[in-house]
Amino acid sequence: MTIDLTQFHDAFFEESFEALDSMEAALLKLDIGAPDKELINTIFRVAHSIKGGSATFGFSEIASFTHSLETLLDELRSGNMQVTLPMSDLLLKSVDVLRAMLRAVQAKQPLDAQRVSDLQFDLELMIAQKPALAPAFAPAPVPAPVAAPAPATEAVAPVAVTAPADGVEAAAGNRWQIRFRPFREFFARGNDPMRMLRELAELGELSVTVDADSLPQLAQLNPQECHLAWVLELSGAVAEEPIKQVFEWAEGDCELEIRQVGGRPAGVPEAILADAAADALLSVPAVEPAAATVAEPARSEAPVAPAAPVAAAKPEASVSSLDSGSIRVSVEKIDELMNTVGELVITQAMLNQLGSTLDGPTAEKLRAGLAQLERNTRELQESVMRVRMLPITFVFSRFPRMVRDLAQRLGKQIELKLTGEQTELDKTVLEKIGDPLVHLVRNSVDHGIETPETRIAAGKPAFGTVHLDACHRGGNIAVEVSDDGQGLDKDRILAKARARNLIGPNDQLTDEQIHDLIFLPGFSTAEKTTDVSGRGVGMDVVRRNVKELGGKIELRTERGKGSRFIITLPLTLAIVDGQSVAVGTETYIVPLISIVESMQLKTSSVSRLSGRGEVFSFRGDYLPIIRLHELYGIEPRAHSLQEGLIVVAEGDGRRVGLFVDDLLGQQQVVIKSLEANYGHVEGVSGATILGDGSVALILDVPGIIRAASLRAAA
Amino acid sequence: MSSNAAGKTEHGPGAESRQVLTFVLGNETYGVDILRVQEIRGWSAVTKIPHAPSHVLGVLNLRGSIVPIVDLRMRFALERAEYTAITVIIVVSVSSPAGRRDFGVVVDGVSDVVDVNAAEVKPAPELGQRSATDFIRGLVPVSDRMVVLLDIDKLIGSEMRSMGDNAETAEPAPAASAA
Repeated sequence: MTIDLTQFHDAFFEESFEALDSMEAALLKLDIGAPDKELINTIFRVAHSIKGGSATFGFSEIASFTHSLETLLDELRSGNMQVTLPMSDLLLKSVDVLRAMLRAVQAKQPLDAQRVSDLQFDLELMIAQKPALAPAFAPAPVPAPVAAPAPATEAVAPVAVTAPADGVEAAAGNRWQIRFRPFREFFARGNDPMRMLRELAELGELSVTVDADSLPQLAQLNPQECHLAWVLELSGAVAEEPIKQVFEWAEGDCELEIRQVGGRPAGVPEAILADAAADALLSVPAVEPAAATVAEPARSEAPVAPAAPVAAAKPEASVSSLDSGSIRVSVEKIDELMNTVGELVITQAMLNQLGSTLDGPTAEKLRAGLAQLERNTRELQESVMRVRMLPITFVFSRFPRMVRDLAQRLGKQIELKLTGEQTELDKTVLEKIGDPLVHLVRNSVDHGIETPETRIAAGKPAFGTVHLDACHRGGNIAVEVSDDGQGLDKDRILAKARARNLIGPNDQLTDEQIHDLIFLPGFSTAEKTTDVSGRGVGMDVVRRNVKELGGKIELRTERGKGSRFIITLPLTLAIVDGQSVAVGTETYIVPLISIVESMQLKTSSVSRLSGRGEVFSFRGDYLPIIRLHELYGIEPRAHSLQEGLIVVAEGDGRRVGLFVDDLLGQQQVVIKSLEANYGHVEGVSGATILGDGSVALILDVPGIIRAASLRAAA
Repeated sequence: MSSNAAGKTEHGPGAESRQVLTFVLGNETYGVDILRVQEIRGWSAVTKIPHAPSHVLGVLNLRGSIVPIVDLRMRFALERAEYTAITVIIVVSVSSPAGRRDFGVVVDGVSDVVDVNAAEVKPAPELGQRSATDFIRGLVPVSDRMVVLLDIDKLIGSEMRSMGDNAETAEPAPAASAA
């Protein structure tokens, strides 16, 4: 029976990339000189699991590379080598190379073999150069896990390789006897005895006796049933809990008995190695001779296997408890769920409206029931919304590496502080906020933080601090990028703005307005352009991206003390706070975020500019009036500006007055796509369904302003 | 939303007989492939879409998705009829390059579901040089009437393309990506 392994490739890649991210993060946290053992274990585990996975899938280059990496890490883990700066650089490079390799394999493109082999050489050189503490453990390449075609050998490989050369740690321990008799349907329930045996082997010294008595003749054998049972003996400093965890998922699918039996065994009596058992499992009796020979090389490593690190037991256990807490669900399914809940909310609102029109004793009960329904739907909606939420650490996690590399390149000393990493926000928002944040952090590192000498001269600590923070703030999420660098030079900004005719030579600007200038296209205050930032693109793009997400960005800066960028974002893109406005018989939704204020106009404040339409004065500015009914070709109720209302709206940094008949009310609306069945409509960002089941269009204020200015120019 | 095998049977070689939903528009009887019909519903007020072609009346809420409504009378340049409680909207699915899209078409009334034998379908005669008959798949006699079989993809697909052009060139609105 062959299994098409390609179906697992995606999961493997996805998990490997995530694992590499965590490896990178751990590497960055690693203190030179006094490394945290837990971190080294994390790093080791990543290399180990990628190696195992890639060997299983036949990605031999990756397996071979991770093997060298693993060997080096193992030296670190066992304390034979110390973490040095060049080594941590080398390990970080390995992460990059691994990522590139995985990407290449995923895209079925050729690998950059030169880069890989160079780095592998460096790795092995480093292993070879280690102090002659344990010369026996040279970087002996073990091609077996990669080259051997038999699945059994591959499966065994991790067991053999995890075992470090020194058996010092396998001190006095317990001895456990485990009788493990899976039921026949064991496989059908998704269990894998081999995996369990392997996990046990990682806990301590494992001896396996297979009980194949109930194995039927080949003719009667149903390969999808489990006919084997095992008696396992595990010794080492192992508690009962980790052993139980190995069988956690098999509970109810097998007979299991875990018993403590005295101290360490004198030897390994009549032990059949885990791999042999695995062979028996995979192969029908007819193939057994062949399997036995395959198992041979692994058996020769048996003296090594008993030394399986006891230390590994603890982290392994903590990892599995983490893993069991989450499941992978495709975004599509969640979106579907969101849609259904959205419809439920609408239906509920419709019922509510209907219920309020009824009279009589039963109507009262109905209303009570409806109120309950409303609460429940709201809770349901919030829960579903939360499913889409991910902690912002997914974005933050790329910064430690970036800042480290940048700082090194620029010769600066920078400490990156991350706080509020667990703040959750919608996945869509999360994906789009990454690039703007990269811009901001780059800017802080490049322009904000000064060189150590300058900092010391200014009486500041040589280490600059870049601080990323995220927190919830009243239905929004605020992300801050701050640094204690030189801050922005107001005069320089002003001079530059004047030089580019962005402002008049004698304009007096408030601090806020000056800070706004840096968000204009093509504005950079860097004295020299570096390859890091300062090409003049950036801040305007940052602001546009943030605005596209329905958020805003502010800057606070003080010269010599540092600067702070505060991005405020909505928690989700699926719902928007809207103001309903009436134009003729139609209802439109104006996103609250783009509304400055609403007002009634006095005749005196309106003037007509020849050819440029109507303008009105608003806090000292003259804003153009856009009559929504003209824009949309609707017969309005209010023709004269005094009859209706003006909604002062802002978009793309410009303000306009939208002329509407009336304001109706504020509500949260679920955004629906118009494009799914129709197409993009200028000045409309989407549609929503109102409480009465009718459709209202959501205005795209920046789009309207753009369209209006085009029309005015034409 | 229910999905069906729309389109699969359309051009299949074995499609000798297929079911067609017929409806009345003015004095004419038209037919569409029943597999394309999502649902038939009564008239309710639509929300106008700015800058839409005149025969696109607006959009409706169809169980949570926003569906454009096309008036076939206006599409065929017939005299405009009043929309009343008995006006009917047939919701059809159109396959376009951008994927499946749902559309509602306003008709005077739905008549019947009939079996149409492919051999009986006559090609539409050429009327003038303009491709005004592009969206007509053929004519078929049913009882004593002539039914005009419509090719929904061509009828509304061509509309879609002209509307879709906007969608492709304009930068995507943030809302659209979320919904």
